Amino acid sequence: MRDDDTDYRGDGGTAEERIFGTGEQRKATRTPIREKANRTFDVYVRSPLRIAWEDWRTRIGGLLLLFYILLGTFGVYFIPEPTLNEGPTYAGAFQSLDYPLGTDNLGRGIAEKIVHATPAMLKMALAGALTTTGAGTFFGFVSGYRGGITDRVLMTITDVQAVLPGLPLIVMLAAVFTPSNPFVVGVVLAIDTWPPLARSLRSQVLTLRESDFVEAGRSLGLSSWTIIRQDLIAKLAPYILVNAAGAATRVIKASVALYFLGILPFSILNWGVMMNRAYKTGNAISAPGHAGHWLFFPALALSGLLFSLVLFSQGLDRVFNPRLRARHAESAPDEDAAPQGEVR
Amino acid sequence: MGYYSQRISQAAITLVAGAFVTFSVYRLMPGGPLEAIRRQLVRQMVRRTGSVDRELIAQRTQMLTGINPDTPIPIAFYEYTRDIVLYQDFGQSIAYNQPVFDVLFQAMPWSIFLSSYGLIIGYTATIVIGAVMAWYEGSKVDFGLTGFVLTMNSIPYYVVAIVMLVVLGFQYHIFPTGGRYAGHVVPGFNVPFMISVARHAAMPIISTAVVGFAAGSLQLRGNAIRVIGSDFIRSAEIRGIGTNRILTRYLTRNAILPTYTSMMVGISTLFSSSVIVERIFQYVGVGWYMFEALQLQDYPLMMGSFLFFATITTLAILFADLTYGLIDPRAGTGASRENF
Repeated sequence: MRDDDTDYRGDGGTAEERIFGTGEQRKATRTPIREKANRTFDVYVRSPLRIAWEDWRTRIGGLLLLFYILLGTFGVYFIPEPTLNEGPTYAGAFQSLDYPLGTDNLGRGIAEKIVHATPAMLKMALAGALTTTGAGTFFGFVSGYRGGITDRVLMTITDVQAVLPGLPLIVMLAAVFTPSNPFVVGVVLAIDTWPPLARSLRSQVLTLRESDFVEAGRSLGLSSWTIIRQDLIAKLAPYILVNAAGAATRVIKASVALYFLGILPFSILNWGVMMNRAYKTGNAISAPGHAGHWLFFPALALSGLLFSLVLFSQGLDRVFNPRLRARHAESAPDEDAAPQGEVR
Repeated sequence: MGYYSQRISQAAITLVAGAFVTFSVYRLMPGGPLEAIRRQLVRQMVRRTGSVDRELIAQRTQMLTGINPDTPIPIAFYEYTRDIVLYQDFGQSIAYNQPVFDVLFQAMPWSIFLSSYGLIIGYTATIVIGAVMAWYEGSKVDFGLTGFVLTMNSIPYYVVAIVMLVVLGFQYHIFPTGGRYAGHVVPGFNVPFMISVARHAAMPIISTAVVGFAAGSLQLRGNAIRVIGSDFIRSAEIRGIGTNRILTRYLTRNAILPTYTSMMVGISTLFSSSVIVERIFQYVGVGWYMFEALQLQDYPLMMGSFLFFATITTLAILFADLTYGLIDPRAGTGASRENF
């Protein structure tokens, strides 16, 4: 645009053309794609990663999460599938290198079972997080931005969904549908997690829509969808991302609980299924010396995955939260940090 | 319309709408509860008489579930709610051969007992820990508590329940491992009974508290840190007001609002959790019956217990919403509040 200025004389005659020009000349000065990609990469990937790395929570949480993802994607190819009679039945943990975490009632290695259950857990978490984020963002943004009758209708739906007790509803649905695909399980479980996100996003959109840049966009005649997509989502993306990680933890917690209770069909290997078997056939609760390892190692793997997700989302929250960032300027320098007085 | 009446009618509408959705799901589901019962009846009848009498099937299905499969959903829903409101008739439990209301009514107080203590303990811990973390921000106390809260949040409550059951119940026999009270005490207003009830409820209550335990405390910490930076806290410090008073009257009161909102949403999760907690501890409450109903395919009982959970959650959220003004005077009666 800058180069165009010389082409037009500011005598009023061609001014209109300058503002609403075809943009032909602009093409010549467009930033090379590579440089643009580089810049985008720096803004959206490199610097968040750098900030994330500086916070101990995102560092530890991210590494742990990466470990689980590697375990679920590549680990399953390197670690053999659990087979019958690998070792003696009910072998304790840490006794042999062939079955490091002991064996179950059919002599299958607990460690291998845990590893081979990881992909299903990750799929469930991914499906749940995507559904929650999608539904929550849609409902929150549209109702907050459009207001009026749309807002009323969408928020009534959200409220009804929020008031319906999630777990009993899921239990009923699961009993009728008996979903076995981990992706479908994740989607069903997201029923319980999206309303809070929709609620809080709506309240943030309500404040944002009054802000200057949205006002400017509106007066330029941009459509609601363009404003929502370009301004609002970009502004709230970090918040949505943090919530997606939270949704993933809740979906994992709920799914393992349902598998543990035996409500979802035992068609896939899952930590909840392992815990259920240990509880039912191994009497792990009344005789922990006998089958305790069968119950506690999946529970430990589960808690580890949840811990990594919780830590990661907490850390992200801090990375993206400008107010907190400002207060911790020495750990994550930020130019627009508002100076705040020392408190203590 | 006043704020209170508006809020109450909104809650009523939400409850009815929720019940209607569930009812429709329950009716329409291919291979759903009604279908299943009906198919079973048809099979029985074909085996016995060799022919199918549609009228008779519909009649017997209605006798079993309180719902006639041939009536359209809105009318059926109207009849179902009318029976509930006028006659407290939730249908007949198939497995227990008793009215659903009778089965659930004697289980309700126990579930409410567990959940409300869990709620109080869990949320008190949230507020106290959050405020303390914010006050000692950056110190070892903050660091330690943050680690503790993050760990607690990542261990699911049912894992906590199982570990407690193994260690405190079966290994050391500190708490009983199941039931609502011991078999040898006489229910009533006497000391042994009350002690027994408390001991049996201890572990379920602790694991229910874990559901909401400290969940919002990190959020509260964030808000409180922001409030600590404001002038009125500093001036209160300069005026020499005691730390405790600043913490309770100045800091927490101002920082609690967003947490309070998210707590309201969390209430439904907390009540829901009793399905799992009551199952693990063999505690006969509504959640326990719901699970039994599922196993025994006792659909009227399942619908009844679902309605119980929906009602109690709506009431809890309504109560929280109506007391909002007490927590934050700025919100007034909440009439001017845009969010929640």
